[in-house]
Amino acid sequence: MKEILLAKDGEIALKGLNRSTFEDILIRNIRRRLKPVGKFSFSRAQSTIYITPEDEDIDLDEACERLKKVFGIAAFCRVAVLPKEFAAIREGAKEYLYDTLKEAKTFKVNAKRSDKQFPMSSPEIMRELGGYLLSQFPHLKVDVHDPDVTVTVEIREAAAYLYAKKIPGAGGMPVGSSGDALLLLSGGIDSPVAGYMMAKRGIRISAIHFVSPPYTSDRARQKVETLCEELTPYCGKISFFCVPFTKIQEAIKQHCPEELFTIIMRRLMMEIAQRIAEKNDMSALITGESVAQVASQTLRAMVCTDAVCRIPVFRPVIGMDKAEIVAISQKIGTFETSILPYDDCCTVFSPKHPKTRPQLDAVEKAQAQFDFEPLIAEAVENTEIKGIRPDF
Amino acid sequence: MTIYLDNSATTKVCPQAAQAAMDAMTVRYGNPSSLHRLGMEAENLVTAAKKQLAGALGCAPEELLFTSGATESNNLAILGYCRSNHRSGKRIITSAVEHPSVLEPFRALEKEGFETVYISPREDLGGNFAPEDFVDAVDQNTPFVSVMMVNSETGCRLPVEEIIKGVRRKNPKTKIHIDAVQAFGKLSFSAKKLDADFISLSGHKIYAPKGIGALYVKKGVRLSPLLFGGGQQNGLRVGTEPVPLIIALGAAAELCRAEQKALLPRYEELNRFLLEELSLIPDVTVNSPEGSVPYIVNVSVKGIRSEIMLHFLEQGGIFVSSGSACSKGAKSHVLTAMGLPDSRIDSAIRISFSHETTKEELTAFVSRLREGAETLLKVK
Repeated sequence: MKEILLAKDGEIALKGLNRSTFEDILIRNIRRRLKPVGKFSFSRAQSTIYITPEDEDIDLDEACERLKKVFGIAAFCRVAVLPKEFAAIREGAKEYLYDTLKEAKTFKVNAKRSDKQFPMSSPEIMRELGGYLLSQFPHLKVDVHDPDVTVTVEIREAAAYLYAKKIPGAGGMPVGSSGDALLLLSGGIDSPVAGYMMAKRGIRISAIHFVSPPYTSDRARQKVETLCEELTPYCGKISFFCVPFTKIQEAIKQHCPEELFTIIMRRLMMEIAQRIAEKNDMSALITGESVAQVASQTLRAMVCTDAVCRIPVFRPVIGMDKAEIVAISQKIGTFETSILPYDDCCTVFSPKHPKTRPQLDAVEKAQAQFDFEPLIAEAVENTEIKGIRPDF
Repeated sequence: MTIYLDNSATTKVCPQAAQAAMDAMTVRYGNPSSLHRLGMEAENLVTAAKKQLAGALGCAPEELLFTSGATESNNLAILGYCRSNHRSGKRIITSAVEHPSVLEPFRALEKEGFETVYISPREDLGGNFAPEDFVDAVDQNTPFVSVMMVNSETGCRLPVEEIIKGVRRKNPKTKIHIDAVQAFGKLSFSAKKLDADFISLSGHKIYAPKGIGALYVKKGVRLSPLLFGGGQQNGLRVGTEPVPLIIALGAAAELCRAEQKALLPRYEELNRFLLEELSLIPDVTVNSPEGSVPYIVNVSVKGIRSEIMLHFLEQGGIFVSSGSACSKGAKSHVLTAMGLPDSRIDSAIRISFSHETTKEELTAFVSRLREGAETLLKVK
């Protein structure tokens, strides 16, 4: 029996004149994600994207797994394609849903007829098909309120579609429909989650990471690249910017008060990140900060870091507890990598007693004791860029 | 430029071993168990390699089993013996500075009801071991003692000869296992003279590829296998023999045997040179105890974490190790057992030589180390 996938738009169905643009982006994203599974053709009608496998031996289970991670899809179904004749629909339903109906105790039939040429009305289809299935599966009972299984028949232009299960999609907006932002990725648990959450709102993510050899190792950098790879099923391709940060950290250590080390470092990271964002036409920064989690994430500290920012800084996990962030990180599959024990440049020099309530003017004064500008320019200049694509 | 001073972690495969393996993979690729000519050829290769290895170890060829490496050899000796001979007692003894592939099987046996004793190095002997500590721990209920010949992290020589003699006198039934991974091929000893019951060897520490090792089992000592299958190697270590790896090990062992005599004095000279140069750097302390083997040197650079110094040296093309390469990031159990303060443990690095190490390389290493000691930021 021929099967295809029907993906229902999420929020984009609610958009007005831009809807078609959004749908184009969504189809492009789905196409990319499914490409390694095999050849598919795409069409759309009534807020639904029809994904038709072009080869017989395509693994639709794998395709479904991938679809679950594409933002912009509210739900999708794996459906049987049937001729628009009631007898064929009836027999098709019996065969295609045999196992499902055998295991169920109660069911109902739902019909949607958008092709008004079809001779039966929706209530007629429901009644007739329901009666037939009852006769074939005598153990079943009809329950219109809370059935175990809802058999849905959609009579559309091209064919009749039959399914019993709706699979929830990832929701959100298609990646690339909301512009570009740069994610500060340290290698911890929080920042990949932050990136995931903003990608869900349709933002295309690039990542920036700071390395301080020899104080940090290649393995720490590799870990962050792995995190990017793990985000690609959701975010698509990620441009990875790697900033050499040793000289700057050494300079802070030598010229600024120890208790302000972290806060000044964060300010310099933000400065470098936004220069790279501006250079690459990205509109905002994203961080994995959560209020009060560490000394540099107190409100006062954030006031000091934000003071250097000319573009918005998004902090999607700002109000979340660690446990909530961990839960998301486990769900999306970045947790195991995040907890690998390599020092990153934030931890190597962190002072024993960092200031938790830094005063902006004091921080600015401390930072002004040394001219960081040449080092910042050098770091931006020497930043390496690498495209990280989904690992198939 | 690559200066590789991490030869206790692993070594570059020597051309003799690589060529032997290549030949067994592409020309004489038969299965030693096959009845046809190619099978027989492969069997002959294995037999010849076994003779080479037996010659280097000073034992009979039939006393050797090929394994996947020293981890398996250690597991096989410890678990294979203790589990089938627990009637002769349940008190087993080892040192606190063994490789994890000895310590972990001991912990597994602990859970099975064995009493385990871990002998620590003596601070009054500068981190060395007293043989009587092992002998005193042995009683009539001691079926098994396992001691390493040379510690991989510090180069400390354990007094295995005295331990074996003492244990034999105290309880002749006690079986003794020697982990000789860091000694074989470099120090000269013979299995027969040593009088141990089991000796573990590794290929990749002596210029053979990773994935091959051996276990010497003294004639007449009974052992139970850990794996079951096609009956190869008298059923004690089943599975098709990895012929390419085995003959590479044979070739490497042969090379070491030929080089050994001339090499040891050279290692001693390099060691003297290195320690002298290092003594000129104020912040360097040597952690290797007095009398350690010359080809392993463990030092701490005050205030600079091991990993940072390691990466700094790496930037200069010099490769060393921080503690033991087997447990990245974990605090060294060996230096801890020696009673060193945390600050020294956290800043320890290990330099280990190969037959290709030169004075020039050590000079480059020392100068880079000095540069690091002077320029790297001290982290508290």
